Amino acid sequence: MAYSKLVMEHFLKPKNRGIIKNPSGVGTVGNPVCGDLMRVYIKVKKNKADQKIISDIKFETLGCAAAIATSSMVTELAKNKTLLEAEKITNKQVAGALEGLPPIKMHCSNLAASALKDAIRNYFQKNHNLK
Amino acid sequence: MTNKKRIYLDHAATTPVDKRVLKAMVPYFFSKYGNPMSIHSFGVEASFAIDKARKTLANFLNSKTDEIFFTSGSTESNNIVVKGTVKAYYEKFGKNALKPHIITTKFEHHSILNAFKTVEKENLAEVSYLNISKDGLVELEELKAKVKKQNTILVSIVYVNSEIGTVQVIEKIGGLIKMIRKNNIYPLFHTDATQAINYFSCDVLKLGVDLLSFSSHKIYGPKGIGALYFKQGTPIKKLFDGGEQENGLRPGTHNVPGIVGFAKAIEIVSETKKKESIRLIKLRNHLLDKILKEIPDSSLNGSKENRSPNNCNLRFKNIEGESLVLMLDESGIACSTGSACSSSSLQASHVLLSLGLRAEEAHSSLRITLGRNITKHDIEFTIEKLKQSVDKLRKLSGNVLSDYFKKNKVS
Repeated sequence: MAYSKLVMEHFLKPKNRGIIKNPSGVGTVGNPVCGDLMRVYIKVKKNKADQKIISDIKFETLGCAAAIATSSMVTELAKNKTLLEAEKITNKQVAGALEGLPPIKMHCSNLAASALKDAIRNYFQKNHNLK
Repeated sequence: MTNKKRIYLDHAATTPVDKRVLKAMVPYFFSKYGNPMSIHSFGVEASFAIDKARKTLANFLNSKTDEIFFTSGSTESNNIVVKGTVKAYYEKFGKNALKPHIITTKFEHHSILNAFKTVEKENLAEVSYLNISKDGLVELEELKAKVKKQNTILVSIVYVNSEIGTVQVIEKIGGLIKMIRKNNIYPLFHTDATQAINYFSCDVLKLGVDLLSFSSHKIYGPKGIGALYFKQGTPIKKLFDGGEQENGLRPGTHNVPGIVGFAKAIEIVSETKKKESIRLIKLRNHLLDKILKEIPDSSLNGSKENRSPNNCNLRFKNIEGESLVLMLDESGIACSTGSACSSSSLQASHVLLSLGLRAEEAHSSLRITLGRNITKHDIEFTIEKLKQSVDKLRKLSGNVLSDYFKKNKVS
């Protein structure tokens, strides 16, 4: 089992790691039995066109290299996207953007997009504003 | 990566071939390449080499020469033990005989565990798996209680566990089995000594074992060759059909260079065992003590005292093992989370779970296994890199784990 060069890059030098104080939304997925836990923080702002966008995004992940790399990649993909765009990012797209994951990791460790969706849902819940 | 110095700390997975071993093997590829079963001079010299190798192995185990059988490695030896003893039982007592009962531990190597599962699934035997204490040891009382009067035919207990390196009191268990069976043949006693050969006594008479598996590539010999000791008169049947090699128990053309290399590796182990064990214990304890002292929230898995000199298995809170292995690899340090055989599985190690560890603790473990070429300098470098890697990964994981438990109210 070998990871792609891109997975290793994102694993060794992850983008957007850390937390956002007073985030607009937080999403957590995974469980310790599988060994992977991911948390995504988002800050939501309006852009000039009055659309809600993810102006800042950070993650914390306990997990394997695939879990860390997908977390890093999803933050890159979602940054500055509108909430509607960001919501559509799938786990499969994240894996694709990383030049693929070993088959065994596709299921268990490829949850970063789900964490992002969870954060966006959390934002809408907090704002009593279902889209 | 290419020009960087690499430090290999995964000797429980496999070892490099000793140069002296390779040198002994070479002629058996190019000039003495005969098939030992042939009667011409090429065959005779190959056959002579095998006899000599068998004698070397027998001397090492304090057994008779004709009690040593060459196999492809411990996985095959272990399969012959489990399936071959069950087969022999049915051949002797008939298909309608009382179902035999076989016992092993919960933390055996997969070649034993899965062989047990196979005979269980095929409804050929009743199986029991002994619990493991949190120190990584088998409880003799439980073994005593599990052995049944009539139908227990096999007890198989690993000598040194490949993941956590804990050592079982094989000699004591051997004595216990002898007491239980009195003048009967059953139960037979087998130990998988694959990880023990390098550091512990494998005198089969002293240990009181009927069967013992071992392998060449864990002792600085070539891969693809191993052996099974079985005491004369032990009821066991072959698994493969073929020629008359190895008294018919293990047909197939002999791996002559492998056998010669295996014997040379055994010879070197016999000469260096004592000194190397003392050296490694010192080095390993230094590694262990320094890590436990300098890395917060780190703990040792399994007993420190009853442990193989080369093994260090630790867990680090808020770390996932695979990440740690890959980060260390980036610094040129090769170690593992558990046995190499299960690295493509995502499940927490059955060995660590058998100690009573929780899944996230098992996932947070790292196995470092030392060997002949490892120096104090290598160990110091490893400690430094380990500290940095743990720190980096903990910054990535933050409090996700403790928050998860707070939220889900599990502890």
